[in-house]
Amino acid sequence: MGWESWIVDTLRRALAYGTPLLWGTLGEIYAERSGVVNLGVEGMMILGALAAFAVAQSTGNPWIGILAAAVVGGLSALIHAFFSITLRANQYVSGLALTIFGLGLSGLLGTSWVGISLKNPLPKASIPGLKEIPILGPALFRDHSYLTYIGLFLAAVLWFVLYKTRWGIAIRSVGESPATADAMGINVFAVRYLCVIFGGVLAGVAGGFLSVEYRPSWTEGMTAGMGWIVIALTIFAAWDPLQAVGGVVLFGALYHLAYRLQRWFPPEFLKLMPYAFAILVLAVAGLRKVRRGAPAALGLPYVRGQR
Amino acid sequence: MKRIGPLVFERRLAPTRTAILGYSLLAILIALAIMSVIFWAYGVSPIKAYSTIGRTTLGTRFGLMEVLRRTIPLLLCGVGLVIAFRAKFWNIGAEGQLLAGAVAATWVALFTGIPAPWKIPAMFVLGFAAGALWGIIPALLKVKLQVNDVISTLMMNYIMAYFVKWLIYGPWRGPTMRGFAYTDLFPRDAWLPLFKYSKVHWPTLLIGLAAAVTAALILSRTRLGYEIRVVGDSPDAARYAGISFLGVSLWVMLLSGGLAGLAGVGEVAGIHHRLLEPDHVSLGYGYTAIIVAWLARGSPLAAIVTSLLFGLIFAAGDEIKVTLQMPFQITGVFNGLILFFLIGVEVLLYWKVRVVRKEKGWAGKAGS
Repeated sequence: MGWESWIVDTLRRALAYGTPLLWGTLGEIYAERSGVVNLGVEGMMILGALAAFAVAQSTGNPWIGILAAAVVGGLSALIHAFFSITLRANQYVSGLALTIFGLGLSGLLGTSWVGISLKNPLPKASIPGLKEIPILGPALFRDHSYLTYIGLFLAAVLWFVLYKTRWGIAIRSVGESPATADAMGINVFAVRYLCVIFGGVLAGVAGGFLSVEYRPSWTEGMTAGMGWIVIALTIFAAWDPLQAVGGVVLFGALYHLAYRLQRWFPPEFLKLMPYAFAILVLAVAGLRKVRRGAPAALGLPYVRGQR
Repeated sequence: MKRIGPLVFERRLAPTRTAILGYSLLAILIALAIMSVIFWAYGVSPIKAYSTIGRTTLGTRFGLMEVLRRTIPLLLCGVGLVIAFRAKFWNIGAEGQLLAGAVAATWVALFTGIPAPWKIPAMFVLGFAAGALWGIIPALLKVKLQVNDVISTLMMNYIMAYFVKWLIYGPWRGPTMRGFAYTDLFPRDAWLPLFKYSKVHWPTLLIGLAAAVTAALILSRTRLGYEIRVVGDSPDAARYAGISFLGVSLWVMLLSGGLAGLAGVGEVAGIHHRLLEPDHVSLGYGYTAIIVAWLARGSPLAAIVTSLLFGLIFAAGDEIKVTLQMPFQITGVFNGLILFFLIGVEVLLYWKVRVVRKEKGWAGKAGS
C-alpha cells in the first residue's frame, strides 16, 4: 500500500470514528465554557442512541431518528441543568447520576430493540468539487456521513460564535466570572441553562450517529465509554472548538493505528487502547499546562450576591 | 432569610443529624414513588411489586442472605470511596480496582504453591496490593500531571475490564473448561468459608466491618485523617498548612483502591471460585458504591447501613427479574434517581424551615 492511500485511509477512519466524539466534545465545550461540568455525557449519548434507533426504525426515516436523539439529549441535559444550576447541587454527582440513570433507563426501555438491524441507516455523501482534491479530497470529502460534514462545519461556526460574537463573550464571561457577568446585565442562569441544554442536544446527536449510522443497530451500553472520552477531549482541546477537531482526528488516528496492529496484538489490547489514549491525552495536556485555559468558574454553582 | 407565605427559610451552616437522616429518607421515598410509576407502566401493580420484593428479600432467610452477599462488595468499595471523597478525590474507579483484586487473588489461587493455611491470607494481601496499585496510578497522574481524577479512574475501569477479558480468553483460560472463557476452578483451599446454605463469605464481611470501623478511627483520630479532611474541606488551608497533596492523595487512593481490591478477592474466592467475564465478577458494585458512599455523607460507619440498603436493592433487582419478569436494568434507573434526589434535597439541608404566625401581613418573598 502506497503512503498516500495509507494517509487517506487513516484520516477517513479517524473521521468516521471521531464524528460522535466531535459532536459530543463540541457540546461539552459549550456547557463547560458557561461554567457547568456535565459528566452525564455518557448517559445523554446512550439515551440519544436508543431514541434515534427506535424512532428511525419506527418511522423508516433516520433523520427523524436523529431529531429525536437531539430532543432526548436536550431533555436529559435539562435534568442536569435543573439540579446543578437551580438547586446548585454538586455538578460532578449530578452528572454521574445522569449517566447511571441514562444507562439504566436505556437498558430498560431498549430490551425490545436488541438484535434488530436498522432498515434504513443514514446515507453517506460526497461534496462535489472538494472531493477531487488529491489526498484531502478522498480523505475528508468523499463518502462520509452527513453528520461528519455538519460536525466539522459546526466546529467552525461554534468557534466563531465563541470568540467573535457578543453571545460568545456572554458565554465566556459567565464561565469566567459569573458575578461580573451578572453585574453587566447578563442573565447567568439563562446562559448556563442554554449552554447545558445545547450540549445535551449535541451529545444526543452523537449517540444517534452511533445507532443509525456507525453501527446501525441497538445494543445495551453501545456508547462504551465514549461519553467519558468526550470529557477528556474537552480538556485536551483546551475548551476550543477548533482544537477539538484536531483532538478528535488525532484520537481517531491513534485508534486506527492501534487497529492496524491487530496482527501482533490480541484484540482485547486494541479495545482498551481508546481508554488508555484518553489518559495519555490528558497527561500530555497536563504537560502542556492547558489546565490554565479552564474557565475560572468551572464547576462552581452561582449564587447571587455571594462570591 | 427567605419567606414564602407563612414559611420562613433561614440559612444554617451545619446540618443536624436528624435533618440529614430525614432528608435522605425523603430522597429515597421520592425515588420509590417514581419507581412506582415505572412499575405501573410495565403493567405491574406497584403495591404488588414492593410487597413481593419485601417478602422475598427481607421475609426469608434465603432473601436476607442474598442481601448480605451483595452488601459485602458494596461495603468494602463504599468505605474506600468515603475516604477518597472526604479528600475530594473523585475515585470513580472502584470497579476496576475491584477487578484488579480479583486478578491478584486468582493468580495466588491458581499459579502459586503457597500452602493451604497461608493461601487465603495471601490472596487478600495481594488483592489489596493490586487494588491499591490500580488506585495509586490516578493519584500520581492527578498530582503530577493534573490529569482529571474522574476520567483517569473511569478509564482505568475499562482498561482493567479488557485486561481481565484478555486473561480469561488468552493465557489463563482454563484447560478443563472446554472452551468456556473461565479460568480453572480454584483449588478447595482457596475457597472462602460460607454461612450455611448461603453465598455469604463471612470472612470478607468481617473484613468489611473492620474496615468501616478502622476508617472511622483513621478519619477522626489520626493525623492522616485530619490532613484528609483539611485537603477535602479547604484545599487553600491545606496548602498554607503545608499538607502534602501528593501524600494525602496517595494514601487516600491506596486505602480506597485496596479496599475495593479486597472486595474483588471476596467475589472470586467466595462466590465464583474462578476468574470470569468482568461483568460477571462484579455487577457494577464499584459504580453503585459511589452512591453508597455519597449517601453515607463522609461517615465510614454510615456506609454499613447504606451498603445494606443497596445490597437490598441488588437482591430486589434479582427478584424483579425472576418474579416480575422485568429487566434487571431497573436497578440502574432506581440508583440514578436516588442519587439525583439525594443531591436535590441537599439544598434543603442548609435551610431551616420555620412556620410563623401571621404578623402584620407578610411581604411575600423577601431578599435572601
